[in-house]
Amino acid sequence: MDVKYKISCGVLTIYFSGELDEHTSNMVRVLLDKLFLDNTNVKKVVYDLSGVTFMDSTGVGLLLGRYKKINEYNIPVNITGASYSAEKVLQLAGIYSVMPKS
Amino acid sequence: MSDNMYLKFKSISENESFARSVVGCFSLRLNPSLAEISDIKTAVSEAVTNSIVHGYEKESGEIEIFCETIGNSLHINVFDNGVGIDDVSKAVEPFYTTKSSEERSGMGFTIMKSFMDDVRIESKRGQGTKVYMKKIIGKEKD
Repeated sequence: MDVKYKISCGVLTIYFSGELDEHTSNMVRVLLDKLFLDNTNVKKVVYDLSGVTFMDSTGVGLLLGRYKKINEYNIPVNITGASYSAEKVLQLAGIYSVMPKS
Repeated sequence: MSDNMYLKFKSISENESFARSVVGCFSLRLNPSLAEISDIKTAVSEAVTNSIVHGYEKESGEIEIFCETIGNSLHINVFDNGVGIDDVSKAVEPFYTTKSSEERSGMGFTIMKSFMDDVRIESKRGQGTKVYMKKIIGKEKD
């Protein structure tokens, strides 16, 4: 799992690529928490999942956990680019009701 | 023609990807669609992750996977000798987790039940957990 990011016009876009499961989630969690702490002045966060080749419920827990932290600063989060594997899991967990598609 | 396979591996997180890839590969003999392969791999990932995180609580242990093809059905059994589940009916409730402090979504069994055609769980405290799953391949094609 590789994580890259870009900040443009006040929007922090995070690009995930690879597999998001229990094995990779710890590394991603630490990375994201630091990223958010360094960028609490952004006006929106977007998770770009176009590069995610696999995602299970651990990935859902990770994205939700990070969302709760960002939400403490009242920053909205959107999700984009989910493929079949990620999309089905996200729909089942109702994630789009708190992090709409962009 | 029926076929079967048996896999035993250590309960380490590196093996989550390995296990779902092996079962995904084994399923190919039934000519599944890409979506069906994805569903199978996700369900296996959930079962194996449950064994690692909850069954063995990240301690050392072994997980066994038995797969069998019967007609166009794929049967997948995931067994561990971990701590077992106190209340299976509670464990399968959506969003229920005993590890909320670890940001667990509590969706593991819900995903297994949604992505497979049949899921059965046998577990008792101190006696490990057996997850039996079945998926009928190609039923959407007709």
